[in-house]
Amino acid sequence: MSLRILIGWHILYEGLYKLIHPEWSSLAYLANAQGFLSGIAEWMVSSQGVLNTVDALNTWGLIAIGLGLVLGLFTRGAALAGCVLLLLYYLFNPPFIGLAAGGPAEGNYLLVNKTLIEAVALLYIAVTPLSRRFGLDMLRKKYHA
Amino acid sequence: MLKALAGIPILGALGIQVFRKSAYDNKHNIREEIVRELGLEDLMNAIKPVTHRKGDLIRLGIAGFGMRGPQLAQALGFLEKSSFKKMVDNGSLDAQIKEGNLNVAITGICDVFDLHAEHALATAAHDIHTGGEFASAFPVKRFRHYHDMIADPNIDAIIISVPDHHHAQMTIDAIQAGKHVYCEKSLIHREEEIYAAYETVKNSSLVFQQGHQYPQTAAFQVANEILRRGMLGKISHVETTTNRNSPNGAWIRHVDGEGKTKPGDAQSIDWKQWLGKAPEVPFSIRRFYSWARYFDYDTILFGQLFSHEYDAVNQLLNMGIPKTAYSSGGQYTYKEFGDMPDVLHTTFEYPDKDLTLTYSANLTSSKARGRTIYGQDAAMSVGGTLSVVPDGSSEQFANLMERGLVSPGSPMLELLQGSRTASVVDAVSSATAQYYASRGLTSTSIGGQEWDVTHLHLKEWLDCIRFGGTPSANIEKAFEEGVVIAMADISYREKCRTEWDPEARRIKRI
Repeated sequence: MSLRILIGWHILYEGLYKLIHPEWSSLAYLANAQGFLSGIAEWMVSSQGVLNTVDALNTWGLIAIGLGLVLGLFTRGAALAGCVLLLLYYLFNPPFIGLAAGGPAEGNYLLVNKTLIEAVALLYIAVTPLSRRFGLDMLRKKYHA
Repeated sequence: MLKALAGIPILGALGIQVFRKSAYDNKHNIREEIVRELGLEDLMNAIKPVTHRKGDLIRLGIAGFGMRGPQLAQALGFLEKSSFKKMVDNGSLDAQIKEGNLNVAITGICDVFDLHAEHALATAAHDIHTGGEFASAFPVKRFRHYHDMIADPNIDAIIISVPDHHHAQMTIDAIQAGKHVYCEKSLIHREEEIYAAYETVKNSSLVFQQGHQYPQTAAFQVANEILRRGMLGKISHVETTTNRNSPNGAWIRHVDGEGKTKPGDAQSIDWKQWLGKAPEVPFSIRRFYSWARYFDYDTILFGQLFSHEYDAVNQLLNMGIPKTAYSSGGQYTYKEFGDMPDVLHTTFEYPDKDLTLTYSANLTSSKARGRTIYGQDAAMSVGGTLSVVPDGSSEQFANLMERGLVSPGSPMLELLQGSRTASVVDAVSSATAQYYASRGLTSTSIGGQEWDVTHLHLKEWLDCIRFGGTPSANIEKAFEEGVVIAMADISYREKCRTEWDPEARRIKRI
């Protein structure tokens, strides 16, 4: 449960930050994308319309996932969606051999980085019933029952 | 029940922390503190919004449809059908359609090369705002000679985008025929032309605009305001530069990207008309496409790129004509043909204004050096972007530096021009296109919208024709620029120093 709330806090704040700072854009991140998804990233930044959509989806997706995790509401869905989103971040800039690091980082990574660990932790939350205790899902289930 | 609501207090805690962090960040916002200290809260008001007034239809004739002609036509809202479809599909026309319809029709086309003329006819017939319907009401006519085009009563104004050695004569003829003129830079090729063109335009009530679109940018307007407020202190040196590193950037343009010679021959090109008053030489595909490299047709780098540099700083500082000029340089890399130097330096002295203007061009290195105005308190680099760097010895900013709010040598004020789209465009465009963007010659961001600077510049000219007023690159500025270019050009060609005689209004060799 604590893992769920900590990751939820992190993801929710990432979303809120982007909402509070409208000048934020995924442009720099996507433009620096490497690895086999860099083609998709190039398409995403190719026009202002696509980029705006990607930015909005990302911001609101993060907020929704973060809220779900913190409150324990639709936990399974939120955890799975979060896992997929984090894996996308991981794959847009994977710490593979031969790829340059995409900017200054607080640590050094080889194949495994914190994004990957967070993604796997969310997968664990999605498949473990224990981590879904202490949340609004309990009320939801009670109501449906 | 309580277990179910465990997340709520956590959410509350996050909310409080976000609120506290925002409050802290706002209070400790160095950027805002600097803006407050310098009294720059209203600086961005210097950027004037783009206004729309429709007015009557203006019928245009375009002379010359090589490289610049199609760009001007597109800025006016005309694009050949296949390019139109391609650009609509990839969304790159969205911004332009938003820019608005200038309410013009291209009714005349004149180009000595059949291929270019056909391209022009196809372009002029296709108005991007109305999918061609509007334009079809006004048939486009091809003229074999520009004299016939300027005599046509169905044309109100002429756009001149032919090689430089025709500019002045065409301007004079068009004005005398009662047409308004938009002429690409440089207006002049030889000194005598300056005086004749100036007299003709001055003695008419027609609107003349030269093709220097830079003053239309947001960066220019902010730079103007910064200078007005005296933020740079006493200015003694203005540095202008050119840096490119490609054959295309050095005007070697008779071959395409694959090394194949571009189309055109003595049958499809009216060579005699193309040469005009220039010395007679047999047809040459090199001269036709790479004319800017020859003294016979251009004032080399001065007319091509220094003209933009000079206009930008002259519009900002009103420095006018220098007392003396001295040019030197050489052809070290592209030695095959023409007269264009790869490295060129010119110094212009303004003793009355305690000022020196320098121009340094290098066509074999693309390390950008910008366009910089050096003051005792700060230096300002201005192009597509703008940056003001305080001087370590500045008295004006001593207090700010002491408090650590700004540091000498680092920008204290920056205008990062161009929206996100513009940055993407720059990242994928060619080196020469990037050069133009860095000088503020392609696009600008005003009122949250990306504008084609050439569109705004043409719009200014059209607005002046319809509603009166004087455009920014007017004949007075063109006169000053013509003299400055001729001084630099004579100095380089004749290997002498030149001096302006303000009494006789003539250039002297010294």
